[in-house]
Amino acid sequence: MFDRFSLLGEYFVMAWMALKSHKMRSALTTLGILIGVTTIITIFTTIQGMNEYVIGELSNIGSSTVYVEKWPWVIRGDFWRYRNRKEVTYKEYEALAKYSKTADYISPAVWALRTVKYKNEVYERVPVLGTNEQYKDTDNVAPADGRFLTEMDVYRNHKVCVLGDEVAKNLFKDESPIGKRVKVGSDKYRVIGVNEKQGQVFGQSMDNYVLVPYGTFRRVMSGHRGMRISMTVSDVSKLEDMKDEIRGIMRKERKIRPEEEDDFAINQQDQLTQLYRDLTGTLFAIIFVIGGISLLVGGIGITNIMLVSVTERTKEIGIRKAIGARRRNILSQFIIESIAIASIGGIIGIILGYFGGSIVLSQMELNTGVSLSVIMVGFGFSSFVGVAAGFYPAWKAAKMNPIDSLHFE
Amino acid sequence: MLIEVTNLKKTYQLGDIEVPAVRGIDMSIEKNEYLAIMGPSGSGKSTLMNIIGCLDVPTEGSYILDSKDVSKLNDDELAEIRNRKIGFVFQTFNLLPRADALHNVELPLIYSGLPRAKRKEMAEAALDKVGLGDRMHHKPNELSGGERQRVAIARALVNNPAIILADEPTGNLDSNTGEEIMEIFEQIHAGGNTIILITHEEYIANHSNRVVRLLDGLIQSDENKQ
Repeated sequence: MFDRFSLLGEYFVMAWMALKSHKMRSALTTLGILIGVTTIITIFTTIQGMNEYVIGELSNIGSSTVYVEKWPWVIRGDFWRYRNRKEVTYKEYEALAKYSKTADYISPAVWALRTVKYKNEVYERVPVLGTNEQYKDTDNVAPADGRFLTEMDVYRNHKVCVLGDEVAKNLFKDESPIGKRVKVGSDKYRVIGVNEKQGQVFGQSMDNYVLVPYGTFRRVMSGHRGMRISMTVSDVSKLEDMKDEIRGIMRKERKIRPEEEDDFAINQQDQLTQLYRDLTGTLFAIIFVIGGISLLVGGIGITNIMLVSVTERTKEIGIRKAIGARRRNILSQFIIESIAIASIGGIIGIILGYFGGSIVLSQMELNTGVSLSVIMVGFGFSSFVGVAAGFYPAWKAAKMNPIDSLHFE
Repeated sequence: MLIEVTNLKKTYQLGDIEVPAVRGIDMSIEKNEYLAIMGPSGSGKSTLMNIIGCLDVPTEGSYILDSKDVSKLNDDELAEIRNRKIGFVFQTFNLLPRADALHNVELPLIYSGLPRAKRKEMAEAALDKVGLGDRMHHKPNELSGGERQRVAIARALVNNPAIILADEPTGNLDSNTGEEIMEIFEQIHAGGNTIILITHEEYIANHSNRVVRLLDGLIQSDENKQ
């Protein structure tokens, strides 16, 4: 019987006329919402940009690989409990390699920093890793040129090395490194391969390394600390089985009694993801509180102005009622006016917040994506504030008596 | 019968004191009558107008408008009756200051939920009828008093209501402009509308065909001039 949608349009027309007639007042009122929404959207955009980056970077660490190490990557609670742990040893690597049935690939890794030289090119403090042929699969590297370490290289302790992309480029420029001899520390090694470029993770180059066979490393390098054992399972659903198996083998190897805790760590990418999520979760909670407070203050400003406006327009309300406006018509008109004030601030806030977030992200050299969720959050907050702030004044207007309000001067 | 009022009473409560404004009025008005209600201030004519205009409900008695008892309706039901059956013309015009003439006239149609195109067409026709076809986009403060009142009349007419209720429609106008306005009322009446005029000016009442005089909340006289 009655066309609600055509009326909704009318309410917006009415709201626009009302706001236009008090430009300064409307602008100042919407400022509170604008600031609140700008804050929320800036931080929201920033976090989203960081999320995309961080989750992307973390996925470089294979999700089906676990790392057996002395310490966990993320230490929660009492740090001192971890203090007296033993290093992971080659003997433990051998036990894991021998007894694990689920792991498809296993590689040890020991490292030291050495100077690498080729002719006149000197490259200092390069991480040198001693590992085996399976490192290619556990740590996801692939030869771009030449070949990777073979079982024979490892077994025979050949004096060969595989270079990371960055090391190869620094030492050899345009020359092909394959077959050349480089000096790593005090010994010469033949370059058998160069690995594909992996880029950066959190600003750290992943291509600055020299790989040598484990036994070779052991014979000539000193000063290395503990070992890290990487173990990969192709079928991700068996990851938990593999972890249980590793735990069993390690405990047996270290003769840990049942009532004692593990004194080694099985690390995994999701620990980092989880840590990151926890940190950003806290950050999110803080924004919502800060943004919430500024929106609350903005909302109170709107309520205040709407109350003034309703009183000023008592006669208008009387006229509207006299010619047939029902309570709900008046209620909707003023609520929509309040939503309109809040939304103007909200829309400007979304735009400013988006730019604010982009500026913050560009400082961190990250990309900004336009996301619908950011816009929805901005709109959602401002409309909600509009409804909540406008309800009481609108209700006051709706229940005015037409005779009294017509005679109001 | 368009309006049938029986034993109508309205008492206001001012703190502990009861103030009777209308003390028992019986009256009936037929379609296409042109009636003036007169009386000094305090005679109850404003109260009676508010009740007839469905802005207020009586304390006692019944009011049948267009064969519907409207004396016990709630706020929203009264609003709907006002919207469809009553066109108000006030002494102070009561136009929305921010809206142009056309929008002011469209207002009752907005609340009856008509689509925009239809509304515009009807409002333009109503403004043409009162001779303001060329000033539709002027705001009230850009119009003279007489023009404002004509906009108000167009607004009252636009929904084709059962009664036009005019409360001192010339009270704020000079006598020449007042005469022009009264001529418009005569044309409207000639077009078949029912008009109820509330006034205390004899020469204004003279335009009507029937004069009801109130005193102290009761009908003092009711004379038909034809």
